[in-house]
Amino acid sequence: MNLLLLAVLLALAGAAYLLGRRRATKLVGGDPRALHSRPTYHGYYVALWCGLPALALVLVWWLAQPQVLDRVVLAEAPASVQQLPPERVDLFLRDARSLAYGGVTSGTPTPELERAAERFRSLQTAGRVGLSAAALSLAVAGLTWGRRRVSPEFRARNAVERSLDVFLVSCSTVAILTTIGIVLSLIFEAARFFALVSPTEFLFGTQWSPQTALRADQVGSSGAFGAIPVFAGTLVITIIAMAVAVPVGLMAAIYLSEYARSSARAVLKPVLEVLAGVPTVVYGFFAALTVGPVIRGIGNTVGLDVASESALGAGLVMGIMIIPFVSSLSDDVISAVPQAMRDGALGLGSTKSEMIKRVVLPAALHGIVGAVLLAVSRAIGETMIVVMAAGLAANLTANPLEAVTTVTVQIVTLLVGDQEFDSAKTLAAFALGLVLFFVTLVLNVIALRVVRRYREQYE
Amino acid sequence: MALASTLPKIVARDVDCFYGDKQALFCVNLDISEKQVTALIGPSGCGKSTFLRCLNRMNDVIDGCRVTGKLELDAEDIYGPDVDVVKLRARVGMVFQKPNPFPKSIYENVAYGPRIHGLVSNRGELDELVEWSLEKAGLLGEVKDRLQEPGTGLSGGQQQRLCIARAIAVSPEVILMDEPCSALDPIATAKIEELTDELRENFTNVIVTHNMQQAARVSQRTAFFHLGILVEEGETGKIFTNPGNERTQDYITGRFG
Repeated sequence: MNLLLLAVLLALAGAAYLLGRRRATKLVGGDPRALHSRPTYHGYYVALWCGLPALALVLVWWLAQPQVLDRVVLAEAPASVQQLPPERVDLFLRDARSLAYGGVTSGTPTPELERAAERFRSLQTAGRVGLSAAALSLAVAGLTWGRRRVSPEFRARNAVERSLDVFLVSCSTVAILTTIGIVLSLIFEAARFFALVSPTEFLFGTQWSPQTALRADQVGSSGAFGAIPVFAGTLVITIIAMAVAVPVGLMAAIYLSEYARSSARAVLKPVLEVLAGVPTVVYGFFAALTVGPVIRGIGNTVGLDVASESALGAGLVMGIMIIPFVSSLSDDVISAVPQAMRDGALGLGSTKSEMIKRVVLPAALHGIVGAVLLAVSRAIGETMIVVMAAGLAANLTANPLEAVTTVTVQIVTLLVGDQEFDSAKTLAAFALGLVLFFVTLVLNVIALRVVRRYREQYE
Repeated sequence: MALASTLPKIVARDVDCFYGDKQALFCVNLDISEKQVTALIGPSGCGKSTFLRCLNRMNDVIDGCRVTGKLELDAEDIYGPDVDVVKLRARVGMVFQKPNPFPKSIYENVAYGPRIHGLVSNRGELDELVEWSLEKAGLLGEVKDRLQEPGTGLSGGQQQRLCIARAIAVSPEVILMDEPCSALDPIATAKIEELTDELRENFTNVIVTHNMQQAARVSQRTAFFHLGILVEEGETGKIFTNPGNERTQDYITGRFG
């Protein structure tokens, strides 16, 4: 029914477009040059007038309907119901709705409940008919009004472009508001956590064991929320990953942009980018089942004690995952250095490697730094590989052969499964998330400043 | 007449140049004398820039470019198998059509060449060389207080003179200029022309230009290219007042091109 209404409204808007366009063309005897705006803009104008107000009405009604119906039903309900405490009133209404639209009620229906349900049903039908009638007449009215405004001098294009402008602004606002919303929810939940655990303990404590017991007399009943081991683990793995990804990626980019023949480049670049398309979960079991045991085996043969879930294994695989990131972005910026720079360097008698080291790379530096920082935040935020390959134990260690855990792994383990959302244990996830967010933000800000300072500008 | 008796700096004999299947130069024969300005003129696409880029093998950079024939610098084959392109380009410097200073400071732009070629042994010598080059390029007065500022911040004409300073800092024997003034205003152009004339003292200069007055003003010899063929070559005065070929006459009087 609702979908049908929408379809009818859209069809009407389409018709309005055709009508508006035809009227505009007709008014000037088929010569569009006599119009201020092209006929299509007149069409869009009429269609907007026809569609927008009606759609807005439908939207408002859909949002408001539940509350309105609840109010009406409650007002008509007997006094015995109205005097119930608020949560019982809610229950009554919920039961009535379930009874009306089909669902499970909390007990056997009472006569009051039956009556309320009946009322819900009739009100909803009435609302539906009323809404359809109102929306359709609004659409027709809009169509008529818009069509009447069509004239050769009328600036339909400006009007349509203004509406488009508003639409585009609201699209970008949605993205911004969502981000703000996420940050705010992080902050509020983290604030609840910090009411339970002091920020100094969280930020500077060296013990991390977030399991809180259900009863006070259980073992480990008090969780420890010192996040340093967790962040240290992230740091170790990120460093290992970058130590793999940056040199390999950068060298690959230099080869691709400077040395590879165009035929080789045409094959290699897409192949390298396929690496970026491998799902991280695949990298994850590659790390856990292949790389981890291999490293352990090598360690055993040289007499080193290696944990089967070592930071080294997770970091190496993460580095491999990030290589295409670094190489692809760096390749783009290196290729963007103007040929004139290369000619200038070669014309002075530079060798190819002097040209690359002294002219091309400095000119591309800002982009390369940008690529590396993007890769760092990717590494910090990466979850799947470390969940599978890095382990859960929060060891405070700088030894890459031991198992460590990362911020993302901890967030996952804290929130996976059935959880109560008001214990320190689950709230700790938000605090970790907040710190993670803050770290990446600071990293980006620093990166921007560094890039701006060392940027060597070419035209 | 004394000049004519000395050996030419650069000798081109039967030079053909191909971009893939397309032939850009046909059997070019040209002598370029030492310490003179030779102007290459002709309509767009006539091969004059191609010929210029053959002289320091900048064409090597272009995929599918092939040069045949004999090109000699001081009687050494430019395209010989044991020629080091890097050394060749240190001897034959180039200034490009569009000013292309490196994204570095003014000082570093000029110091680039001496550094890579190891021409100086300490900072003091480098400072001197940079100053000498900027002075030679007529730029020192304008930039001596801001040597550490980026070269890209200069005006177009200053950038082009910076590129000339950068080229002469390597002490090349020949300087090739590929339409060095085409992106510049008349005042900057006048400065570059004046500079070209002065550089004749120390360097052999080959300049490609679209501007015939410019060729007449700065050069001693002029070569006219058309459709990849060297049509006529001779003393600038003669080419512009009494050309031997009808096409040359048509071009310099503005009837085509």
